[in-house]
Amino acid sequence: MIELLIIFVLAAFIGYFVVWGVTPALYSPLMSVSNAISGVIILGAIGVAGKADSLFVEICGLLAVVFAAVNIFGGFAVSARMLAMFKRKEKKQ
Amino acid sequence: MSELIYLLAAVLFILSIRGLSAPKSARLGNFLGIAGMMLAIVTALALIPSERLLPIISALTTGAIIGIVSGQKVRMTALPQMIAAFNGLGGLAAVFLAAGEVAAAGTHYFASSIGLVIGALAFSGSMVAFAKLEGIISGKALSFPFQHTLNLLLFALTAVLFFGFAFLHSEWMFWLLTATALLLGLLLVLPIGGADMPIVISVLNSYSGWAAVSIGFMLNQTLMIITGTIVGASGAILAFVMTKAMNSSLIHIMLGGAARLRQTDKAAEAEKGTARSGSPEDAAFIMENAEKIIIVPGYGMAVARAQHVLKEMADLLRQKYHAEVRFAIHPVAGRMPGHMNVLLAEANVSYDEIFEMEDINRAFSDTDVAYVIGANDITNPIAKTDTSSPIYGMPVLDVAAAKTVFFVKRSLSSGYSGVDNPLFYNENTIMLYGDAKAVTEAVVKELEK
Repeated sequence: MIELLIIFVLAAFIGYFVVWGVTPALYSPLMSVSNAISGVIILGAIGVAGKADSLFVEICGLLAVVFAAVNIFGGFAVSARMLAMFKRKEKKQ
Repeated sequence: MSELIYLLAAVLFILSIRGLSAPKSARLGNFLGIAGMMLAIVTALALIPSERLLPIISALTTGAIIGIVSGQKVRMTALPQMIAAFNGLGGLAAVFLAAGEVAAAGTHYFASSIGLVIGALAFSGSMVAFAKLEGIISGKALSFPFQHTLNLLLFALTAVLFFGFAFLHSEWMFWLLTATALLLGLLLVLPIGGADMPIVISVLNSYSGWAAVSIGFMLNQTLMIITGTIVGASGAILAFVMTKAMNSSLIHIMLGGAARLRQTDKAAEAEKGTARSGSPEDAAFIMENAEKIIIVPGYGMAVARAQHVLKEMADLLRQKYHAEVRFAIHPVAGRMPGHMNVLLAEANVSYDEIFEMEDINRAFSDTDVAYVIGANDITNPIAKTDTSSPIYGMPVLDVAAAKTVFFVKRSLSSGYSGVDNPLFYNENTIMLYGDAKAVTEAVVKELEK
C-alpha cells in the first residue's frame, strides 16, 4: 500500500510538470489524449471479466471493457483527427 | 514480466503528453499513446486463461468499433460533446468495474467506493454536459428552488453512504451510493451554462483520471495509478487555467448558475446608447485600407462554421491588400479548452498567426481593425471597470483600443453572462448584423472585387 502511495505522489509531480509543458494551442488534443489514456482501467476490466466466478461479475467486467474501449479508441481517433489538421498546416509553410 | 511491460506503457503515456508541448511533436505523441495502450491491453489479455478470452475480445472489439466510428464521423463543431461523451463512458466503466470487483472479491471497499463515486459523478456529469452541448437540453444556466440545499443534502447523504459502505459492506448501501453519486453529478452540472463548459469539461476529465487512480489502488495496479494521476493532473490544470481566465473559482461556477441569472435582469435594465450598424461593403472598404487587422473569434464562429471563410478573408487581406492579419484567442473562447485553435487549424490557419491573449493584448492599440466574430463577453470592457458586474475581473481582449471595431453578431443581445456590452455603442464600433458565416462571405465577395 505504501509503495502505491509513493508511486501516486511521484506520478502527480510528473503529471504536473508534463501538463504545464503543453502548449495552450493543443489543449483540446490534450483533453482527448488524456481522456483516451484514462481508459487504462480497461486492464482492470479485462482482469475482472477474465477471472469472474459469477455471471454478474462477468457481465460487469465485460460492460466495463466495452465502455473503456469506446473511451480509448474514440479518444485516440478524435485526437488523431485534430492533430492531423495541425500537421497539414505545418507542411504548407 | 507483465509489470515491466506496464512500466514501458507508463513511460509511453508520459511521453505522449510530453509530445503535445509543440504541434510538431504532437502527432508522434498521439502515436506513442496508442502504442502504450495497445501494449498494455495485449499484456492484460495474455494473463487471461485462453478459454475465457472470446467474450472479452468481442467486448473489446465492439467498444473499439463504436469508438473509432463515432470518433471519425463526428463533425468538428461537435467535438466538445464527443469528448464529454467519451469521458462519461470512461466513468461508467469505472462504475461497473467497482461493482464487479466488490461482488467478486469483496475486498478494498474503501478504494472501490471512491472509484465508484468519482466514476458515477464523471458519468452523469458528462452526460448532462453532452446533452447541453448537443442542444438536447437548454445550454443556459438553469436554476431551481432549493438547489443549493438539495445539493448539500445529497452530498451529505453520499458521504454517509460512502463511509457506511466502506466500513459495513452492505450491498444495499452500495447501490444507493451509486444512485446518489449519479444524481449528484447530474445536479452539479445541470445549473452550469454554456460559456462555463470549458471548465466543466476539464473537471470531468480530471474526475475520470482520479477514478482510474482509485481503481488502481483497488486492484493493486501501478499503471492505472500512474496514468490516472497524470490525467487527473491534466484536467485539474486545465480547469485552473480556465477559471483563472474567467477570474472565477470552481465553487463560484458550481454555485454560479443562480447568481448569474439574477444579474441578467439587472443588466437588461441598464441604459443603452445607439449602436451603429454597417454593411459588409463598409467593412470591406475599411479593411482594404487597414494595415493591421486582428480577428477575434468566439463560439459564434464555431456555431456558424465560419472558420473557412474567415481564413479566406485573412488570406485575401494579406495577399491583395498587404495587411498584417493576426488571430487573437481568449483562453475560454468556445466550449472546451483550445476549441478555437482546433477550428482554425481545421481551416488551415497557420499557428504562427494565432496568438494567445497575453501575447497580443497590447497590440490592439496599434491596430486599425479588430474583427470580432461571434464573441462578446471576452471583449467586454465592463470586466475591467464595473465591480458589480458578474464578469468583473475577468481578463478580456482589449479590442476597444483598435481604431475600428467590427462586431459580427446576430443581434445586440448580451452574451452568455447576460451583461450588456458597452462596446456596441462606442463611436468606433460598427455592428455587422447577421450570421457569422454569411456576413464574412459577403465581406470576402467585396474584397475580391
